[in-house]
Amino acid sequence: MASIELSAIRKSFDGTEILRGVDLRIEDGEFISLVGPSGCGKSTLLRVIAGLEPQSAGEVRIDGVSADGIRPSARNLAMVFQSYALYPHLSAFDNIAVPLRMRRLSAIERLPLVGALLPSRRRKERCIRDDVARVADQLEIAHLIGRKPAQLSGGQRQRIAVGRAIVRQPVAFLFDEPLSNLDAKLRVHMRAELAQLHRRLNTTFVYVTHDQAEAMTMSSRIAVMIGGELVQVGTPTDIYDNPRDIRVAEFVGSPKINILPGQICDDGRIEALGVLLRLTSSAASGACRIGVRPERIDLGSGPFTGYVVHAENMGSEAFLHLAVDGSDARLVARIDDPRRLPPIATPVSFGFAMDAVRAFNAEGKRIEVDSEHIERVRERAIV
Amino acid sequence: MSDAATIDAAAVATPAARPALRKRDQRALTAYGLVAPAFVLMLLMLLGPLASVIALSFTDYQLGAPALSWIGLANYQDMFADRVFWISLRNTLTYVVIVVPGAVTLGLGIALLIQSGTSLRSLYRTIYFLPVMATLIAMAVVWEFMLHPQFGLVNGLLRGAGLPAFSWLQDRGTALYALCAIGIWQAVGFNMVLFLAGLVSIPKQLYEAAEMDGTASAWARFRLVTWPMLGPVTTFVIVISGIRSFQVFDTVHILTKGGPSKSTEVLIHTMYTEGFEFFRSGYGAALTVVFLVFVLLLTLIKARLADRGVQTA
Repeated sequence: MASIELSAIRKSFDGTEILRGVDLRIEDGEFISLVGPSGCGKSTLLRVIAGLEPQSAGEVRIDGVSADGIRPSARNLAMVFQSYALYPHLSAFDNIAVPLRMRRLSAIERLPLVGALLPSRRRKERCIRDDVARVADQLEIAHLIGRKPAQLSGGQRQRIAVGRAIVRQPVAFLFDEPLSNLDAKLRVHMRAELAQLHRRLNTTFVYVTHDQAEAMTMSSRIAVMIGGELVQVGTPTDIYDNPRDIRVAEFVGSPKINILPGQICDDGRIEALGVLLRLTSSAASGACRIGVRPERIDLGSGPFTGYVVHAENMGSEAFLHLAVDGSDARLVARIDDPRRLPPIATPVSFGFAMDAVRAFNAEGKRIEVDSEHIERVRERAIV
Repeated sequence: MSDAATIDAAAVATPAARPALRKRDQRALTAYGLVAPAFVLMLLMLLGPLASVIALSFTDYQLGAPALSWIGLANYQDMFADRVFWISLRNTLTYVVIVVPGAVTLGLGIALLIQSGTSLRSLYRTIYFLPVMATLIAMAVVWEFMLHPQFGLVNGLLRGAGLPAFSWLQDRGTALYALCAIGIWQAVGFNMVLFLAGLVSIPKQLYEAAEMDGTASAWARFRLVTWPMLGPVTTFVIVISGIRSFQVFDTVHILTKGGPSKSTEVLIHTMYTEGFEFFRSGYGAALTVVFLVFVLLLTLIKARLADRGVQTA
């Protein structure tokens, strides 16, 4: 159990800056996801925390103690790799036992022939066997314990890798895209298992992924990284509902948030696709972008018109792709009942509630908007 | 009635079946045709000579003699009664037992050093590989000068350090060991290249996993990751070094000719002297068969270990 503090972490490889000053405080016992598109530096940040990659500048503190210059083996962190990195020549049992043997046995006790004769080694081996068996029971891999990694499926290997990580009770767990080599169904299943594991162990989890769904479903906080910087850190709800940056808004959520071209008029009122919205902003006038999540688009009525170009039926819900009249913009709207799916080329009118609007300025930063006062009163009257 | 039906059916079936059959025959023929060149070459270059050597070892054939007669196991009887054969067998085994571990551990050590270095890797690789590329006969002459009792570099260095000098190749006690040293020097580069190839293919993540699992020392990481992952390469290197050491001949022939007083007599050199200096081809063939048995044994061990390696990987 430990908190991890990162301050002004920078890392460059051959002159290319991968991390551009990352500050992050990871609380004790928290499940935090580092999420971002590939190449954003999230894996590098994890490796800096682990100590596998020394940072070019900045400081890593684990439980308030600076970890700089401390070897990865001495940081008492455990890591699950994307490729699992199991030792192919060792059985599942031995793979899980490695961290225990490395820490509990002395160099002499680890010697192949001489070590086995020592009574102290035999005593410790018995302890190790019990601990491995306990972890194997927890992860339901007891029946696989004698097999070599080559004889295991991807999901089973993944469990062994998790077993190797949890067996010695480290202060924090680092996960480097551990589910990305699994098939879609198993990935969803393992998501729930990892979240449960976190609740049971109650230890700090740092989880790197490029899959926003994994981050949304498992973590207590999400840190969105783009281009080597932390763009926003917050709870999943906060990140989804209240993105501070258009890149965050676009990265989180599937299907992607709809972005419509807009304009802030000189009097502060906001226009989208040429339609004046009942919103004002104190931001400088000029071009802006209006973001609306697919589930917040109301079909059937509203000031905008368009027609259906494509429909995706997911079974429990459906997504309509709409072309907007008088604009190149395409947008996606969610329909809760796929049985009411309109055929392709059907003309539709649509709109959205004003509290669904997330407006961003030309630089992509979020701008605050206010509903016009009179309109708000009228809305209340209707309700 | 039913018989007639069957016959009819057969009569109908045959014309249809025949082209299919012919097609299969043709394909088999093509397959044999494609195998034939390799098979003929193998027969001519390997199996034929091997069979004739084995046959020759049961005759009293002498090189250039007009006739030969079947003498059964007499050559083998002579051989096992001959003191020189046992000396040369013992010397060969001594040579193998010294050169194989020496060349393998040094090759591995140098490969690990080169791999862990950051700069000048290819330079070191080239330097250590030079002895493999150089002609061993020419190098043997160079070694002869280096080991010269009076003017040699080795003795010069020893004298400079205040140590006693030896007449390396002329002394019965040191000649074989001097040859072993040359053998190791020659084989290290080859082994190093094989080990380097093996080291490169070990996934980096395994070392990182080992580091996270708490292996603090380089030795612990070597024991946990490097050594087991190099297993198949090591087996290969040991067997290849073993076979090559069994074949030691060039240095012996150039530097000592088996002397002084048979102290460096090795199997292939005995074979050469019997066959091409005393022209006792039949006897030489019998020696060759013994040599082949050893090489075959090593190859079988390798095949067995390689099979096991595949299963555990």
